[in-house]
Amino acid sequence: MNQQKQAGTIKIQKENSMLKQKQMLAEHFMALSQVRETGKKVVYTFVPGNLTELIYTFDMLPVYPEINALQSGMRKKSHDYIREAEDLGYSEDVCSYVKCDIGMMLQGNIGPTGQKLPDPDILLLSYTGCFVFMKWFENLKQLYPNAEIAMLHIPYQEAGRIEPDAVNYIKKQLLSEVIPVFEKVSGTSFEEKVLAKKMDLSAQAEDLLIEVFDSAQQKPSPIDAYFGGVYYIGPIFTAFRGSESCVDYYRELVKDVDYRIQNKLGPLTPDGYLEQEQYRLVVEGPPNWTHFRNFWKIFYDQGAVFVGSSYTRVGGVYDDGFRHSPDDPLRSLAEYCLGCYTNRNLPQRIDLLERFIRRYHADGFLVNSIKSCNSFSAGQLVMMRDLEERLQIPVGFIETDLVDPRYYSYSNIKNRLDSFFQMLDQRHTVRVTDDWLSDDVLA
Amino acid sequence: METWMPETYDDAITQSRALFEDLTYTYPREWKAKADTRRLIGYLPIYIPREIIHALDMLPVGLFGAGDRLPVVRGDAFFQSYICHLPRTVIELALNGNLDDFDGFIFPSICDVIRNLSGIFRMKMGDRYVRYLDFPQNFNPEVGGTYYRSELERLIDDLSKLNGVVLTNSALNKAIHLYNRNRNLLQRLDSIRVDRPHVVSATDFYLIRRAGQILEVEECNRFWQRVIDLADSIVREPEDKIRVVVSGSFCEQPPLGLIKTIENAGCYIVEDDFQLGLNWFRHELPADTDDPLGVLVDAYLNHSPASSAVYTTEEARGKALLSQVQEQKADGVIFCAPSFCDPALLDRPALEQSMDQNHIKHFSFQYHENLGQFHVIKEQAGTFADMVKLWE
Ligand code: SF4
Ligand code: SF4
Repeated sequence: MNQQKQAGTIKIQKENSMLKQKQMLAEHFMALSQVRETGKKVVYTFVPGNLTELIYTFDMLPVYPEINALQSGMRKKSHDYIREAEDLGYSEDVCSYVKCDIGMMLQGNIGPTGQKLPDPDILLLSYTGCFVFMKWFENLKQLYPNAEIAMLHIPYQEAGRIEPDAVNYIKKQLLSEVIPVFEKVSGTSFEEKVLAKKMDLSAQAEDLLIEVFDSAQQKPSPIDAYFGGVYYIGPIFTAFRGSESCVDYYRELVKDVDYRIQNKLGPLTPDGYLEQEQYRLVVEGPPNWTHFRNFWKIFYDQGAVFVGSSYTRVGGVYDDGFRHSPDDPLRSLAEYCLGCYTNRNLPQRIDLLERFIRRYHADGFLVNSIKSCNSFSAGQLVMMRDLEERLQIPVGFIETDLVDPRYYSYSNIKNRLDSFFQMLDQRHTVRVTDDWLSDDVLA
Repeated sequence: METWMPETYDDAITQSRALFEDLTYTYPREWKAKADTRRLIGYLPIYIPREIIHALDMLPVGLFGAGDRLPVVRGDAFFQSYICHLPRTVIELALNGNLDDFDGFIFPSICDVIRNLSGIFRMKMGDRYVRYLDFPQNFNPEVGGTYYRSELERLIDDLSKLNGVVLTNSALNKAIHLYNRNRNLLQRLDSIRVDRPHVVSATDFYLIRRAGQILEVEECNRFWQRVIDLADSIVREPEDKIRVVVSGSFCEQPPLGLIKTIENAGCYIVEDDFQLGLNWFRHELPADTDDPLGVLVDAYLNHSPASSAVYTTEEARGKALLSQVQEQKADGVIFCAPSFCDPALLDRPALEQSMDQNHIKHFSFQYHENLGQFHVIKEQAGTFADMVKLWE
């Protein structure tokens, strides 16, 4: 553990897991920059319903345009990229990830590490939980006419359950559309046992991931399941699921979290461990990336910790027991894709949020509504009111955008959050028992 | 009850307009009251296989929001300002009780807003049948076809439970036949406005066509046949207007005033995608087979248009638009999409590029269904028409 006590407070360096994450990502981007020499093939694909295990089965490298877009947002490049796309005719109203990504490609496709990203050999359109993905890839196809296209349509869980026909449909698509393209481009034949082995490793990492998320039951919570969730809990999952190093990473992370629990430490923020947990919140919606640190600071300055978030479930929901499985791995991949957060219907999404609120003993529920993301935003107001009625819990609502800095207004957000925190304070004083929300119902 | 055999062309337009403006859905309610087994099924844009609903003794009714005809009071509390307008008026209608006589609602997969609206309906209208219908984006009959068939079978089972009617092949064949005729009549009407747009204006055509979203198909067929006969005898002088294709309005509908504005600004609209689902297939489907459900599946897989709702390449969509321009001898394209409409707006840049490559003139704007001010659009459309004429 790279921390040392100094004058009664913990002085932060970085936790071991963070150092490992940094190294893993650097190696990944290095591998991407060397594909000319190594001959490795590159697959562009999306986070929700990603087929990372399958991609690695063919020894190819994944690139996630959404992650590039959010990285561009964090590196203050997204404004230029979005403008470039808007100059090309993309409306101000549409998903800013798409515009940021297309703008980045038009300006040379320089990735987060400053190295040029390789062009895709395959555009794997695993279209899960968002219609925009389909449009996004139709547009990418124009930019990369030589890339092979593999389309995987994931039906929506409209009735709140996984239909057997949907699973069969996905399996058939994998066998008839996706795997043949992977075989053709990689020159490698598909071996189910190789995939099964990776699925087993995924399941191990998933157990550990849930252990980390569940640590938010502790008071104080040792993790922030939103900002920390997207910063160091979730990313490795998407890029490396199915590998030994992914399992190692989560083992390391569990150790770091255990250390915080033992020392009654709050989550690690850019300004050190959170010292006084004031508010425990559950949040729905993606974060803002262009002002990530400033946004996070508004919360940790007030002692607000996110003990649960829906956004960290876009790449897969493991809270209700699902794990990637080596038995019939293609079926398992299908079920994984179908279960991603935004592929669940609105009542299911509300139930999951209720579960987080109860399980992690949250004091309040917050919606961060993203201007350009209909997949999340449409219906959030209904979700918010429903949870307020069901649980009699204070609810808050703020608006930002993912990577379009024009829609981040510090004063607006701050004003709304101040009122929300006041509501929470009032609630604290009238609350009779601390355990007013029990998690008995989860049994 | 109205007879749908108008005396004059103007009567036909008046009748169509009344149907369009009636947000209490009198016609469907009266239709339903005529027999115990009858049911009303509302559907959202763009396409659903209405044949199935009809064959089960149900009336498919297109729900396109309420445009500028209903003040939004409660709908705004459901959707943030940066979400398109259509779901607000749909939910407003539902909460106001205008849809109380409906027995079910189908939400076809077109975008995330419609998808999530289906969830809101599940929560707020839970005593009705609510179904989000996922159309396959895989067009292999063994893969997407099998899946789509199973989706339709589930739909049929669910709908049957609403009235106890069992779907037979002969009823479905008959429905396919009726909708073949319906599409054919619509194409004939369409060709009148293409050949003689000075006779059937864009607003007239819009209203006549919109009747097809509500009237029972047999009645609609008689009505449209009558309109064709009446329109054939009209004599009017053409005006000096350019011919345009309007693209991007397949879901939330532009207000009638906007359509009129485009025309008054000097543009005959000779092709549009306002109510695309009515004419989803451009050819006759086999109506006497042992497997009519298979006919609908095959038609969807192989004969769907290159719309924004269906996975294809932008190149294919560009070509489809180009051929519309060429076939209708249009002078240009107006990209006219609802604000915040992802499917339409994300397709736009590539379509514009494709028009540029083919030297087709175009301009674009966005609207809300309840837009009340048209002067900016009037100016833009007028300038566009003048520019096209100048370069002719
Ligand atoms: S609309 Fe939302 S979910 Fe869809 S691609 Fe954009 S950011 Fe992602
Ligand atoms: S107008 Fe566009 S975004 Fe709105 S519901 Fe229709 S297709 Fe979806």
